[in-house]
Amino acid sequence: MGTTVAAPGEAARTRAARRRNYARQYWPFIVPAGVVVVAVILFPWAFTLFMSVHDFHIGSARTFAGAANYTRMLTDDRFGWAVLRTLYFTAMSVAFPLLLGIAAAVVFHRNFPGRGLARTLFIMPMMATPVAIALVWTMMFHPQLGVLNYILTSLGLPPSAWVYSAATVIPTLVMVETWQWTPLVMLIVLGGLASLPNDPYEAAVLDGANVWQVFWHVTLPLVWPFVLVAAVIRGIDALKAFDTIFVISNGGPGTASETLNILLYLQAFSFYDIGYASAVVVVFFVLILLVTLLMLHFRQRAQLS
Amino acid sequence: MSASTPASRRVRRVLARIGLYLAVVVLVSPAVLVFLWMLSLSLKTEVDNMAFPPVFVPNPPTLANFVQVFEKNDFLSYTLNSIIVSFTATAAALLIGVPAGYGIAKARATRAAVLILVARITPGLSFLIPLFLLFQWLGMVGTLAPIVITHLVITVPIVVWIMIGFFEGLPSELEEAALVDGATIWQAFRHVALPLARPGITVATILAFIFSWNNFIFGVVLAGRETRTLPVAVYNVLTFEQVSWGPLAAAALLVTAPVLLLTLLMQKEIVAGLTAGGVK
Repeated sequence: MGTTVAAPGEAARTRAARRRNYARQYWPFIVPAGVVVVAVILFPWAFTLFMSVHDFHIGSARTFAGAANYTRMLTDDRFGWAVLRTLYFTAMSVAFPLLLGIAAAVVFHRNFPGRGLARTLFIMPMMATPVAIALVWTMMFHPQLGVLNYILTSLGLPPSAWVYSAATVIPTLVMVETWQWTPLVMLIVLGGLASLPNDPYEAAVLDGANVWQVFWHVTLPLVWPFVLVAAVIRGIDALKAFDTIFVISNGGPGTASETLNILLYLQAFSFYDIGYASAVVVVFFVLILLVTLLMLHFRQRAQLS
Repeated sequence: MSASTPASRRVRRVLARIGLYLAVVVLVSPAVLVFLWMLSLSLKTEVDNMAFPPVFVPNPPTLANFVQVFEKNDFLSYTLNSIIVSFTATAAALLIGVPAGYGIAKARATRAAVLILVARITPGLSFLIPLFLLFQWLGMVGTLAPIVITHLVITVPIVVWIMIGFFEGLPSELEEAALVDGATIWQAFRHVALPLARPGITVATILAFIFSWNNFIFGVVLAGRETRTLPVAVYNVLTFEQVSWGPLAAAALLVTAPVLLLTLLMQKEIVAGLTAGGVK
């Protein structure tokens, strides 16, 4: 009796040990990358946590500050607004690319002559250098001489102040973000469409479903996991958006488009307030982590159901 | 019953085709038009660029803006900086990342893979504050080394992530046969797995290079006057020293042209790499 119980346990143990030894053989392959990751990713993290509980401006002495940097955020209106703005910007910068990206994926999933070239042109915005793109958009947004207001007025529409007014600056930046990142959503969803089985479609067509019904009841549920992956990636990237905002509006007019990332840059590299900036980094990272986990949670639930 | 006559079915198919092409045009034109406008701005004289209503087609096109970019700025040395930074950061990432991808795939070290993902979600600025202070303390600010090192934050995760996926997809029989024949695991990697992984390495190289080339935030913080990469130079120097649109558009075009060319030439590899893991 005893031996029959012990034997499988022992076998499992030796199997686990063999597996560990097998895995250990491959450690030398991973170590160099591990060193780099520790040096440029983990070290900065430890350092940031350390600095976030200190009062430190570049050029002056460092003193322990406890939670002062964190409590300061609670009363810092500028920080609070930056959080809200970031969430507002992110919500729109996820929603629009997602909607357009799904539509684009459905179109590019069809077979037509010239598809390769059309797809390449479509993904150009996400590959191009963001600073270069941002400069061109800035010139197009010019209120008097910009080509966009010319197009609006020739269509009989009122001109827009684009990034030169507090009311329109964030929607305008979302437009650039959507232009730039819809292709990534398209590619992820397109990858999903390519992996779908054919049978549900044949069944739906036999049942007499029209194109829209097939999309809504067959295609969309099947690619939903891919849509959610795209949503997670888009969410992370939108929270972190920096280049285009920095170049096009630089947080302005006033602070109307100052997102967390822009505020962070100012605190660290214009005001040299390293302690406070480090605390903002910690909170910013927690925010990104929460949004990521939330979206992953939805993804898991969608996969289970 | 008229709906099913061959003639009306053909009409419907033609209409569907037209609808499809219309959709393609609507989707592609925002992308194309912005790049065409950049080209148009770069080829026009200052008078035409400031005209309202705008002049759409340069007539006659002029290369004066491009000449001015090279004459008035140290554009060549910024280009050289960008080339050095992106090539070094990509080469180092391949050297470190390809074996790491192999090791992680073979040992199924999922925890190591998660660490790579953490690098993906962390905002660049959070690496930059500590690294900036460290480089300052080491007296390295003002050289290209800090920029190359920070670009590893971009290139290493891309390479590792793509290579994990690639090595996981390779059949392991060949390496096992080599191991049975007495090869070391290093030899099995070097002579069996690595040659098979060449397509994956190509994809990883292109993407790592592009995202390093495009990077702005690391350079804007760490670059000194002499060590600006192209995106930083275009933003810093040109926007402040000359506000005219022609040279600015010409410089923007020059900065992004290598990337756009790579995308056109290698679109299949790029699409494969980006869909593999939604990296960036």
